Amino acid sequence: MFTPEMMESVKKVEATRDMRMGMEPRRMTAEEKDTLLKEFHPDYRQEAFEEIKIGPNKGQKAPAELVHLLHSNSRLLQDKVDLNKVDYDVDVLIIGGGGAGASAAIEAHEAGAKAMIVTKLRIGDANTMMAEGGIQAADKENDSPVQHYLDAFGGGHFAARPELLRRLVMEAPDAIQWLNKLGVMFDKDEEGRMVTTHGGGTSRKRMHACKDYSGAEIMRTLRDEVLNRKIPVVEFTSAVELIMDEKGQAAGAVLLNMETDDYLVARAKTVIIATGGAGRMHYQGFPTSNHYGATADGLILGYRAGAPLLYQDTIQYHPTGVAYPSQIFGALVTEKVRSLGAMLVNKDGEAFMHPLETRDVAAASIIRECKARDKGVTTPLGSGVWLDTPMIERIGGEGTIEKRIPAMLRMYMNYGIDMRKLPILVYPTLHYQNGGLEIGGEGFTKAISNLLVAGEAVGGIHGRNRLMGNSLLDIIVFGRNAGKAAAAKAREVTLGTMNLDHVEKYAEELDAAGVTTGDVSPLLLPKYARHEREEA
Amino acid sequence: MENMVNVYFFGKKYSVPGDLTIMTAMEYAGYTLKRGCGCRHGFCGACATIYRIKGKNELKTCLACQTQVEEGMYVASIPFFPTDKRTYEINEIRPTQQIMMELYPEIYSCIGCNACTKACTQNLNVMQYIAYAQRGEFEKCAEESFDCVGCGCCSVRCPAEISHPMVGLLARRLTGKYIAPESEHLNTRVEEIHRGAYDDLIEQIMEKPITEMQELYNNREIEK
Repeated sequence: MFTPEMMESVKKVEATRDMRMGMEPRRMTAEEKDTLLKEFHPDYRQEAFEEIKIGPNKGQKAPAELVHLLHSNSRLLQDKVDLNKVDYDVDVLIIGGGGAGASAAIEAHEAGAKAMIVTKLRIGDANTMMAEGGIQAADKENDSPVQHYLDAFGGGHFAARPELLRRLVMEAPDAIQWLNKLGVMFDKDEEGRMVTTHGGGTSRKRMHACKDYSGAEIMRTLRDEVLNRKIPVVEFTSAVELIMDEKGQAAGAVLLNMETDDYLVARAKTVIIATGGAGRMHYQGFPTSNHYGATADGLILGYRAGAPLLYQDTIQYHPTGVAYPSQIFGALVTEKVRSLGAMLVNKDGEAFMHPLETRDVAAASIIRECKARDKGVTTPLGSGVWLDTPMIERIGGEGTIEKRIPAMLRMYMNYGIDMRKLPILVYPTLHYQNGGLEIGGEGFTKAISNLLVAGEAVGGIHGRNRLMGNSLLDIIVFGRNAGKAAAAKAREVTLGTMNLDHVEKYAEELDAAGVTTGDVSPLLLPKYARHEREEA
Repeated sequence: MENMVNVYFFGKKYSVPGDLTIMTAMEYAGYTLKRGCGCRHGFCGACATIYRIKGKNELKTCLACQTQVEEGMYVASIPFFPTDKRTYEINEIRPTQQIMMELYPEIYSCIGCNACTKACTQNLNVMQYIAYAQRGEFEKCAEESFDCVGCGCCSVRCPAEISHPMVGLLARRLTGKYIAPESEHLNTRVEEIHRGAYDDLIEQIMEKPITEMQELYNNREIEK
């Protein structure tokens, strides 16, 4: 339940609700947005970034926490592994068991390749599972892939790689159809028309959803399909280093059994990095909406082997993370809450912005409201603004919240807050890694000919900000493509002798640059046990 | 001073802040979680947990990430449960009552004890959706089971040894693929794209200079 002080503010929100019901707050101009972002978006806080000292992106900036891992050495400098003892031998090794990895596995299998997934937790323990709001595709009569392109390109500050964005929007309807044919239950009306809504920054209603379990519904269906096809899934096993051969090709990965601490060797003709995001790095001390394993592992593996990063300095803070209660601090409050009509309102009951600005703009605007204007509501862990959820019931009719966003209702009801009757408190949460490893249109890294990347580990699909619903889309589109391309490539690859020379070379470069962190990377899991936190 | 409560992880007593969830309390106590921790926000079902409050008889199930600790809580997490998933070829099967009988015949052994419903961490009416599955009413089963996160607490408690989450999943895939009406507008758009209807347009927009793209973006019409 809310504190008495919070309830005082709720009264002000309730007092302005009737007046706000009929109005649509003005959208910001391009100049207003630019100024706001520069002043309040966390990406512009220079002190939170450091320079990368070695490797392909040497001299560029990245979040300090990521740089720390990039500047750390491999476990395998200390722990020696016999590469001659091969435990798994496959055509396509997929690192990561989220939506991108599962899609890749299905398509690689469909193409006749011997594919295998390794994942450090379970298949489906991934940000895909937690995506609530939906997936974009331009499949309505008033919409087109070109319009989708324009929305995403502008929303990403005109920085997306055109070739990647073209694939994203052009293959979107096909991705929805593929999922539907696998049995994903999209929200449809009685005639079969998809129920679609806006997301922040969309110019057409093209957000397809499965209530607010969109990602969960997609992920559990993909997982079921992977299991039906009997594709091997090695769980609780992380990839700790890529293995290379003397031709400069990827040749597999060294794996670590998370439970027994044994190392294993996987040899593969092609490798797909589908390791997801980095929310658990808690950049700038933000809480996160991400799953437990989101620690940028794939970026470290790829970078150490020589694959460049792109836009590693841009992070998405979802404007509406839970600000209160503390038990669910940082959890995602889906953007769909705003798509359905809830406004962002400050402590005095004022709608201070249009609820459907892009995520970076909305996050910066909320931060400004709390930090610079003193219009936030004080919470035990900081501050927040109101998301006026009772408006949804007024607009859509009683029962809309239970029908369209049941997960949100359930999450708050656990703590005695009925969002149908009371607004909820939100503040930005670390949500998405806009940047990642750079790929070409076919999904391959440019530096290593048989190494592919798919999903959140990729940089460049969205530019410097991502629209809601384009991430669930990209994991499917680029996951499928990576699976197909890897299967085809595997037929022409001849592997040489496996080695870990790049690990030694990386260590030498760090040494030459005078960089030592004393830690090893990839991180694999965040340090949350109390004694680990105290050491950190 | 924080309000501390006593909880027992696997029978061992720890004093933890009372505003933590079971999951964060375990970490406070010093556990580095590997099993029993996934999304941490109530969507993945990794943290199925069973507990009993000291002095009370009732055995409860929950998700550790979504449940606040209480004084006297005896907690055991369920690291894995061997749910019995049957494999099938989605393109070969059809939404007939027969398919459920073939794949999950044990659902007909349900004794109506309702332990599954009582155990559900999502407060779903599990026994009801199993009843729908028995009758071949897959759409109803799909709807009723939709919010399932697959934690498996229902199956842990079931005397008929039913793998409820798997039954719901099959019903949902059958519903999504075969029962829900097809989206004509989707099929049309896929067909248009495949025959190249947007190829020229997308090439054109990709080649526009940034200034022109900014102009187009900042002045685009937004659907009401």
